[in-house]
Amino acid sequence: MSDPRFKALFDPKGVIVAGASSHPAKFGFVTLHNILANGYEGKVFATNREGESVLGIQTVPSVNDLPKGEADLVFVCTPASFNLDLLRECAANGVRAAFLTSAGYGEAGEEGKRMEDELVALAEELGILLCGPNGQGVVSTPSKLCAQIVAPYPPPGRIGIASQSGNFVSSFLNFAVQTGVGVSRAVSAGNAAMTTVPDYLDFYADDPETAVGLAYVEGIRDGRAFFDRVRSVAERKPLVLLKGGASAYGQRAAASHTGALAADDTVFTGMCRQAGITRAATVEEAYEAAATFATQPLPRGNRVVVMTTAGGWGVVTADALAKTSLELTPLPADLQAEIDTKLPPRWSRNNPVDLAAGETRDTIPELLDLITAHPDVDAVIYLGLGIQSNQARMMRRGRYYPDHGLERIVAYHERQDARFAEAAAAASTTYDKPVLTATELAVADPENAGPAAVRASGRLCYASSNRAVTALDHLWRYAQWRGRRGLD
Amino acid sequence: MPTLSEAESKRVLAQAGVPVLDERVVATAEAAADAADELGYPVVAKLCGDAIAHKTERGLVRLRLGDRAAVQNAAAELLAAARPEDGDVGVLVAPMVSGNRELIAGLHADEQFGMTIMLGVGGILAEAVKDVTFRLVPIGRVDAEEMLDDLQMQALLGPFRGEAAVDRELLIAVLLGLSKAAQDDPSIVSADVNPLIVTADGAPVAVDALVEVR
Repeated sequence: MSDPRFKALFDPKGVIVAGASSHPAKFGFVTLHNILANGYEGKVFATNREGESVLGIQTVPSVNDLPKGEADLVFVCTPASFNLDLLRECAANGVRAAFLTSAGYGEAGEEGKRMEDELVALAEELGILLCGPNGQGVVSTPSKLCAQIVAPYPPPGRIGIASQSGNFVSSFLNFAVQTGVGVSRAVSAGNAAMTTVPDYLDFYADDPETAVGLAYVEGIRDGRAFFDRVRSVAERKPLVLLKGGASAYGQRAAASHTGALAADDTVFTGMCRQAGITRAATVEEAYEAAATFATQPLPRGNRVVVMTTAGGWGVVTADALAKTSLELTPLPADLQAEIDTKLPPRWSRNNPVDLAAGETRDTIPELLDLITAHPDVDAVIYLGLGIQSNQARMMRRGRYYPDHGLERIVAYHERQDARFAEAAAAASTTYDKPVLTATELAVADPENAGPAAVRASGRLCYASSNRAVTALDHLWRYAQWRGRRGLD
Repeated sequence: MPTLSEAESKRVLAQAGVPVLDERVVATAEAAADAADELGYPVVAKLCGDAIAHKTERGLVRLRLGDRAAVQNAAAELLAAARPEDGDVGVLVAPMVSGNRELIAGLHADEQFGMTIMLGVGGILAEAVKDVTFRLVPIGRVDAEEMLDDLQMQALLGPFRGEAAVDRELLIAVLLGLSKAAQDDPSIVSADVNPLIVTADGAPVAVDALVEVR
């Protein structure tokens, strides 16, 4: 049972911005702007010493001047020296959670650390969930809440983000905007004086709006407690982790060979495997793994079929699969026989299924369905989406358009690529198997009808087949971790 | 921190279920030869004592002793090589184990995560190759199996140069035993089972062990 105060943080009925400013460069302005500009539907209040009007909100000098019980979250932009009194007033007003962007605490030396301890002690006494200080803010798409001092506001989705670095929250949110695979909640833990990254992850693990956790961590104070917490999260939901500072901490001059071999982050890597955590090497790998967990079913096995409209892509994808726990499965004889009836004999007749340009209007949707349906296939990677729409773009922009039959053929190509993307999503949904679509057009021309339709289907269009393979490998490893421990 | 003698180290680990060699510690050259007769030839003889951690560097290991006379000579030389700072010493006599593959396993107290358990590819290149995997103690059977799968050099675990595939059950027993030893005895600071020689029939054998206690 998760702490009900997280509800106040992520789905507040009303928000107070403490320290609102009329200066558009100040956090107290930006926060209020971001809350108001992104459609938050609860009540919004603001305090300001002069009682100015900011962005149409009539501020008041003190929280005591606000109606009681209408806000349960306070977003604090005031200087540290004001915040003890502020917390007391907020608690008296019915606030249950406080996000502090204020700096000058634990990150600012011994005096700051003392003030931070004082703040935590008071929050505990008042029963307020204290988030930050020195954090960038909180985002929650189910409540259309964008209470942060930075952009962007992501599309809604099912990824729950918690980060020790506010800038990594922004990075992940930027990926959400770019890929269209959206976010449920996002929070920057700041100094994590009271509420830590594992605390947020623990909330996400039971949060029906969230399908997967995505976290960035650097320093870990108590490794054993961290392990216990994140393993408990991974037992409930997939958890993707990006770790900063993965170098030799705590390595003593060891008398043992074992100690000498415990260098770098081998211990952390092993801890992640033991806890069922999906550890990503880079920020994009982390986001794509989370996006895949959020939008594809877990594979039930590791037998992958690659379907491609051109040979080279299939070969490179086969190479990438060979470096993972996934298997480029031999094409089952009955499936090969069925594909024979759909394609001229020059197709590869093996896996990768290379259509060798033998496809006609309905071949790709039919094959995606046929291959995904086969009981000896656990996952499909589809390559070649968007090629015809890429040509269509050139035709549309060329000086001959719309004459010479170009208008008609452009529309046809775009309709076809959209159909192919929809067929991939439909096959995945129908047979409850991962079907991943990869093309560099996802980034080279996001408006291409193929990638655009993948986005519209709610899924990620991978920028390369290697990245699709990496993401699928993460899913299979997690599925195995669950399976071996009898978790289902 | 103090280390236990090889024999005591093995006793501690064996008690927790780590499979170790049948071996004897004796006080005289004559008794060493008797022990070798019982164990069968060839044998290895080592000088053994609490204060002796790096036997190979000091030349205190004699390999492939093929008969009684060889054992007697070697044991006499080893006892003569003992230094006053070595304290109480004895001669450890054990069957000579050989195999082309060497693994290493151990325990290590990590400052961040507490007691950890390790499995890796052993031998003289171990620290250069760094094909190792760690878990936090305690581990379960599934964790132990996954540690085997973590090693990059999977080819070493399969049939190798005419030798059988590694007996996974025995290797898992080594890991579970180490984990249990750490749990049973909180005074253990670190342990090395090195080398863990894989014999021609695939059995991993703890040929040497060193336990460090607080």
